[in-house]
Amino acid sequence: MIWFFLLSGLFLGWSLGSNDAANIFGTAVGTRMIKFKTAAIIGSIFVIIGAVISGAGASHTLGKLGAVNAIAGSFTVALAAAVTVAWMTKLKLPVSTSQAIVGAIIGWNLFTGSPTDMTSLYKILSTWVICPVLTAVFAYLLYLVFKKWLLKWEVHLLRQDVYTRMGLILIGAFGAYSLGANNIANVMGVFVPAHPFGEMGFLDLFTLSGTQVLFLIGGLAISVGIFTYSKKVMMTVGNDIFKLTPIAALIVVLAESMVLFLFASKSLEHFLLSHGLPAIPLVPVSSSQAVVGGVVGIALAKKGRGINYRILGKISSGWVTTPIAAGVLSFISLFFMQNVFNLEVYKKPEATATILQEKAGTTAIAAGEKEFRKISIDEIENHLTTNKRSDKNETL
Amino acid sequence: MTLLFKQTKALEKKLDDYLDLVIKGAFLFRVGVKYYLNGDMDDLETRIESINECEHDGDKLRRDIESALYTETLIPESRGDVLGLLEACDRVLNMTAETLNQFYTELPFFLPEVKEQYINLSEVCMTAVDQMVAAVRAYFKDIVNVRDYIRKVQLSESESDKIARKIKHTVFRTDIQLSQKMHMRYFALHIELIADEAEDVCDRLSIAAIKRSL
Repeated sequence: MIWFFLLSGLFLGWSLGSNDAANIFGTAVGTRMIKFKTAAIIGSIFVIIGAVISGAGASHTLGKLGAVNAIAGSFTVALAAAVTVAWMTKLKLPVSTSQAIVGAIIGWNLFTGSPTDMTSLYKILSTWVICPVLTAVFAYLLYLVFKKWLLKWEVHLLRQDVYTRMGLILIGAFGAYSLGANNIANVMGVFVPAHPFGEMGFLDLFTLSGTQVLFLIGGLAISVGIFTYSKKVMMTVGNDIFKLTPIAALIVVLAESMVLFLFASKSLEHFLLSHGLPAIPLVPVSSSQAVVGGVVGIALAKKGRGINYRILGKISSGWVTTPIAAGVLSFISLFFMQNVFNLEVYKKPEATATILQEKAGTTAIAAGEKEFRKISIDEIENHLTTNKRSDKNETL
Repeated sequence: MTLLFKQTKALEKKLDDYLDLVIKGAFLFRVGVKYYLNGDMDDLETRIESINECEHDGDKLRRDIESALYTETLIPESRGDVLGLLEACDRVLNMTAETLNQFYTELPFFLPEVKEQYINLSEVCMTAVDQMVAAVRAYFKDIVNVRDYIRKVQLSESESDKIARKIKHTVFRTDIQLSQKMHMRYFALHIELIADEAEDVCDRLSIAAIKRSL
């Protein structure tokens, strides 16, 4: 049954892979600097690695916004977000998975009467604005640095082409890692409080926690999205707002990846906090809007010539329309799930507490058993040593 | 990637070799015109053979480069511009070779008082070609200096116009046959057209250089 409930998350993951991979490899593939197959393989591998290794940070913030504590609820919330993304994509309206899932969680909060953590909400809303602005600033600065460097470097056009390809692949890998780390929360975040997965070892090489297993499954869904549907999006992306050269595209992807990484990296958060600096909130941000910010940054560095403000306005409208649409759809779907299909979309706090107590109890018993085993082995060893000594004494 | 670097290096060499051929063509034209005007027909003949060889090798190299750019999908963003530039350079080389061949074929008559001006004209036009090649090389490796070379080509082209006009002015104020006047005018025009063609390459180049900037 769990696999059925996970389907909505997998669908959302597929949508994310098919749409957002284009934000990383779009221009590179569209301008034929990199083959689609290469981009898809690199993108898939690094999205999964990013999701599994660094996915926890951003999903924690989403969990604070609304802890969807019943699996049917998680299913409905993810489904509402996925349908919103798919529907708005079909209508050719700008859409962000991050904003869809936030809207859908708030829909769940409203339906179940759970309080929305306003601090987390403000944190998330502020990052929606900060993310494209920060990407624009990064892209602007990187553009100036690259320009100066290229003029000094005097590298042959043909060799520059090879370096650009290498850069697009390396930065694309970093971008895919950051996308996985930051956006896995959108895909699987709502399943974190309710998933049933336990620890899983892989050939004695490494062990994944239950949440990491969940993120691995989400990462695989994103990869399927990249392989099956992103080519079409990649071939059309990049030229809408501002026409980019391959190097400018590289700068945009680098700026975008840096921003996604900043909003997902727990290590960076620890580093900043340990040095008494304000930490960057770990929040799932929209890679599409980061790209828009990056492209605007480049355009501003070129004195703002050639920006298509109409398309820019249309994209910005997605900030409002996406969460509202997902929230409304989530609310209505939860109503149907609960009242038509009689599925539990929400566990009351007492029930949740009981489950947690039960889980804690089981853990305590398990710990006790371990301790018992350890004591028993110690006792046996002591016993054997004592026996050996007594045997020696007897011989003497 | 190593393979890609190897291919790129080989192609860089071919591009340089091709541009060297254009320079060589311009040099042969310069000396060829001088030999004709001094009446050294044997020397002219050897230079004509060399320039024809140059043109032939140039065509072959250009085709190789074009085919490599397409088959190895290199510089996808600038490929169109580069191919256009190479074809335009090829027109300059062809025109240089053809004009020198016309000297040998048509054996034009030149008034002694304009001979020096023809030498000047061919010098200025070939300077335009040399600067055009420098501009094309800069497009590949040293984009900042493209503008300077283009300016030099424009100045040379403008100078060639003046010299050609002066030649025609002198020629049409003498008492020789109209056919001879027309023939001299024809040669002044054809030499001058080489500089015009070099300027056309630079016009194309200035747009390509803007597109190449970040």
